[in-house]
Amino acid sequence: MEKTDTVLEEMLKNFEEKINRGDAIEPKDKMPDGYRKHLIRQMSQHAHSEVIGMQPEGNWITRAPSLRAKQILLAKIQDEGGHGLYLYSAAETLGISRSELINQLHTGKAKYSNIFNYPTLNWADIGAIGWLVDGAAIVNQVSLQRTSYGPYSRAMVRICKEESFHQRQGYEIMAKMMAGTKEQQEMAQDAMNRWWWPSLMMFGPHDGDSPHTGDAFKWKIKRHSNDELRHKFIDKTVQQAEVIGLTIPDKDLKWNEAKGHYDHGAINWDEFYRTINGNGPCNRQRLAHHIKVHNEGAWVREAAEAYRAKKEKAIFNN
Amino acid sequence: MATDTQLALWEVFLQAKSGANYIHAGSVHASDKSMALQNARDTYTRRGEGTSIWVVPSDAIVASNPDDNEMFFDPANDKVYRHPTFYVMPAGAKAI
Ligand SMILES: [Fe+2]
Ligand SMILES: [Fe+2]
Repeated sequence: MEKTDTVLEEMLKNFEEKINRGDAIEPKDKMPDGYRKHLIRQMSQHAHSEVIGMQPEGNWITRAPSLRAKQILLAKIQDEGGHGLYLYSAAETLGISRSELINQLHTGKAKYSNIFNYPTLNWADIGAIGWLVDGAAIVNQVSLQRTSYGPYSRAMVRICKEESFHQRQGYEIMAKMMAGTKEQQEMAQDAMNRWWWPSLMMFGPHDGDSPHTGDAFKWKIKRHSNDELRHKFIDKTVQQAEVIGLTIPDKDLKWNEAKGHYDHGAINWDEFYRTINGNGPCNRQRLAHHIKVHNEGAWVREAAEAYRAKKEKAIFNN
Repeated sequence: MATDTQLALWEVFLQAKSGANYIHAGSVHASDKSMALQNARDTYTRRGEGTSIWVVPSDAIVASNPDDNEMFFDPANDKVYRHPTFYVMPAGAKAI
């Protein structure tokens, strides 16, 4: 049947009624192209972030200060790889292949979170990442548990169950350093100073400047605005910093009684756009590493396929 | 000439504990069934989420089409006599 305008209109009407009732959208349901495209962009960016995020932390596995710390970091990074896989498989239900998803990452068509373009200079950075970066990610992911696309929402529920360990292990590292020598305290504060602002940028531009949000709200892909989520993160993190004696590197940060949350100083969006457009400290390194590992692993995939073909032939010949 | 693929897609079902239903957890890529099972274990049961796993090639699954939901599921909707609340019990009857 030819898709006339009225058929499309009818489809959109049914779709939006379903969304308004609060029903989840499942892979075989009819959905507008814009919904599918928005989800593929957002979910693939999310999946790539989980995977690229393994690099800055992986940098410290061999130099972890104890066996305990090393085991924890390995488990945490393995979880992030798992999160990437949950999200890739959820994105694939929208009709895009894994090869195409990876191709879009390699060609720069798909992005990943800006935060992973910053370097991990010392062990305190591992604490700051777990506490602040995973902490910010959790706020976003908790909100996305109620996103309208079923497979995405289910992946988020699974991810959120695993994330709280990530944040706690990071906070524990920071707390230990703050209870240590003066040098350790300075390292922790230095990591805090470097990771605080990029963590706030993770929530994206201010609500007034944020592209693609209209339909995302109408179709319940996004449930809370960037600024709402950012405030939620700041409000719970300030207290945690105080408890262990860290200073938030923002002299304009102050409690706003009327609004019921903290006001923060101006975010350096020039730095944000410079990094997102490829000129952050580690952009080239992160992507080059992913491409290299992907290419070097090709023989493993080829060998696995050859082994399957050989076994199938053996069964056929018997 | 070998070509680099991302391997076949498999659906993963987990049983949380013995006696429970198997529930869909997500999917994995793998070249054959033993790799699918191992990948499913590594991806979906890192914290004792399951005591048993099924993996099924995704293209072996037959799914109903949401467009056909009305005609497909409606025949069940008007058969209220399939529910216990349909029946009028004599006053005073117990344990029924
Ligand atoms: Fe994660
Ligand atoms: Fe995490």
